[in-house]
Amino acid sequence: MGEARAFDEIWGHGGPTNPRAPLEMLAGWIAETPREELARRLEAAENTFRQLGITFAVYGDRDAAERIIPFDIVPRVFLADEWARLSAGLVQRVEAINAFLDDIYGERRILADGILPPDIVFRNPQFRHEVVGIRPPHGIWAHICGIDLVRTGPDDFFVLEDNARTPSGVSYMLENREAMIRLCPELFRNFRVAAVDSYPDRLHETMRSVAPPGAGSRPVCVVLTPGHFNSAYYEHSFLADSMGIELVEPADLVVDDDVVWMQTIAGRVKVDVIYRRIDDDFLDPVVFRPDSLLGVPGIMSAYRAGNVTLINAPGNGIADDKAIYSYMPEIVRYYSGGEAKLPNVETYRCREPQALRYVLERLPELVVKLVDGSGGYGMLVGPTATKQEIEDFRAALIAEPHRYIAQPTLALSTVPTLTEKGLAPRHVDFRPFVLTGRDGVQVVPGGLTRVALKEGSLVVNSSQGGGTKDSFVLLPDSPQLQAQSQTLGGMFQQQELGS
Amino acid sequence: MRLIVEHRTRYRFSEPQIRLIQCLRMTPDDTDDQTVVGWSIDVDCDARLRQSRDGLGNRQAMLYADGPIGAIEISVRGEVLTGDHGGHVRGTAEPLPPEFYLRETDRTVAGEALGAFVGGAVSGLLGADTIDAATRAIHGRFERIPYVEELRDAATTFAGTTATGREMAQMLVAGLRTAEIPARYVGGYRQREGRACAPHGWVEAYADGEGWIAVDPSTGGRVDERYIRVAVGLDTAGVTPVAGSRLGQGEEMLDVALIVEQARRQ
Repeated sequence: MGEARAFDEIWGHGGPTNPRAPLEMLAGWIAETPREELARRLEAAENTFRQLGITFAVYGDRDAAERIIPFDIVPRVFLADEWARLSAGLVQRVEAINAFLDDIYGERRILADGILPPDIVFRNPQFRHEVVGIRPPHGIWAHICGIDLVRTGPDDFFVLEDNARTPSGVSYMLENREAMIRLCPELFRNFRVAAVDSYPDRLHETMRSVAPPGAGSRPVCVVLTPGHFNSAYYEHSFLADSMGIELVEPADLVVDDDVVWMQTIAGRVKVDVIYRRIDDDFLDPVVFRPDSLLGVPGIMSAYRAGNVTLINAPGNGIADDKAIYSYMPEIVRYYSGGEAKLPNVETYRCREPQALRYVLERLPELVVKLVDGSGGYGMLVGPTATKQEIEDFRAALIAEPHRYIAQPTLALSTVPTLTEKGLAPRHVDFRPFVLTGRDGVQVVPGGLTRVALKEGSLVVNSSQGGGTKDSFVLLPDSPQLQAQSQTLGGMFQQQELGS
Repeated sequence: MRLIVEHRTRYRFSEPQIRLIQCLRMTPDDTDDQTVVGWSIDVDCDARLRQSRDGLGNRQAMLYADGPIGAIEISVRGEVLTGDHGGHVRGTAEPLPPEFYLRETDRTVAGEALGAFVGGAVSGLLGADTIDAATRAIHGRFERIPYVEELRDAATTFAGTTATGREMAQMLVAGLRTAEIPARYVGGYRQREGRACAPHGWVEAYADGEGWIAVDPSTGGRVDERYIRVAVGLDTAGVTPVAGSRLGQGEEMLDVALIVEQARRQ
């Protein structure tokens, strides 16, 4: 039922025969390229991903071998003007996130001005007292943000979640694009798609720009991974590789006299900037969890002393925590001086008695989330939940209301997706990657589109059976696509003959 | 009062260690009640010490030592002039507001029984009286046992009948928080006539309008001039004098020797 009503980003509300006007040509390509050919290309892409080792392990599924995240061959497309509006909203949001972090670990003006209830900061384990009094270079905390967006209509984008700790997925953006260029070159000849391959260079430049003052003109940057058993290890090595910098594990780093050193065959090298893909809890056993075997002892002291920059900064969890999320519109307004260009999804804070009452009355319609959960775990999707699941959540909510927020079930937009039964609309979300360095905020024109492959499903998490798609951002003034004399399907035939 | 502290911490390792990194929270700060006349930390091997402050304002020193290290001894010697302001704590570094100290930690989960016990003790009282009443209640409820290295969390301790001084303090912290009174654990030294000493722990709790008040559930009363305040934390973990990490195999053995005494008149 909701299915029929959801906005399809290519087909609009009109179905395959009546696509959105600017995307008629893409709809034509989808319609005219033989299914078997799309399936063949999809398989070729997935084979490549498997060979590259772009795999992930499903948590709680110990016996499962590492899997690749399913890929879909039909891209998702943003028109130039849509993207311009989105970008402006993302820049504003990420600027606010950085301003908030700098304030909350510094002067805490936002609390003094009564914008946030202090207890949601001070009693929140994501507010790390261990970083109070530290100011990272240029006051930048969230160098790499992945802002999860959903869409319900042509101009209706909402922020579902801010990821300001260690957002992953950017390797999919890059690998998906590479596969699409190889497998569907006709699309790139006929659409002016903004390139994403500069991401590693931009990331490297961002890292260099926030090096500690004493680092000199050629700061040493590294990527720190917990190790090959981590589910995102491929991405860690991929990013280090594409930036041309070292990938290190905790045992490769040593802290001495508040300075971080990398042990190399040629001796010790001083490290200036660390893109660490290890969570705060495990980063330094001397300061955080003493039982962590993943961390680098002393790294927080080097950081506090200003001798190394950590990307992202420890303590960022207080900015993307789900309890804080519901206050983001106020936070954006407070620091930017204007209304949030990208709205939040309406959110009920179950800690508030009135909101809790409302949520308990409408559980079957709502999505309920653990404030400190992630990856689609600890979540109730009312419309698809069983009676038992709903009752279990009801009990949990009554017992610990402060741990939950609830949101309406949104009619997430869909994008045509190749399924076993042919092309069909499937719900998607979107994670663009936003970089903040000394010279400001930039949004890479692309991102990670996650698609819920199960019919009607709204859960796009890879751990819950989601897949990915390439995300095209069209450059302004794209030639009118329908003006071309040939259909893309026809061009594909030529391409096949020629190759 | 003029107090002299000699605090030796000796780690011996069953196998030589390749590297040691330790965070020492062993340096008191001046407050309105205490003036540090002299304080030194000496290490009996080639080590580098870096001074800083943590996020709660505590003085800390990072110790970096390269191996092979079979044993290491950290010797703290100091002299502090103390005064007595009826337990009122003033002149401390306070990077975070009292509200922060309402936060529960793994070790300070009170549980219903402790919450109800402290709630009953403070019922009908206001301000500093609540803090004093809760302190007396915890003091009266438990038989005090000598220092042990292993420490139980607040709820577990409350289920029993005996507690060390540090466990009493941690329970009081947890209990006060359930009554919405900001409370923190304090690590430091306490002078006791004719007794072997161990690092001591007590509590600071916040009363609106009066500020931080230091109480000791081991005695049931307020803190006085026999105490030297070294570090504060959300629980015992936050004030550990030596928190460290070592690279190397084998077991470690810890010996602590502590003397806190009143200086003889000059």
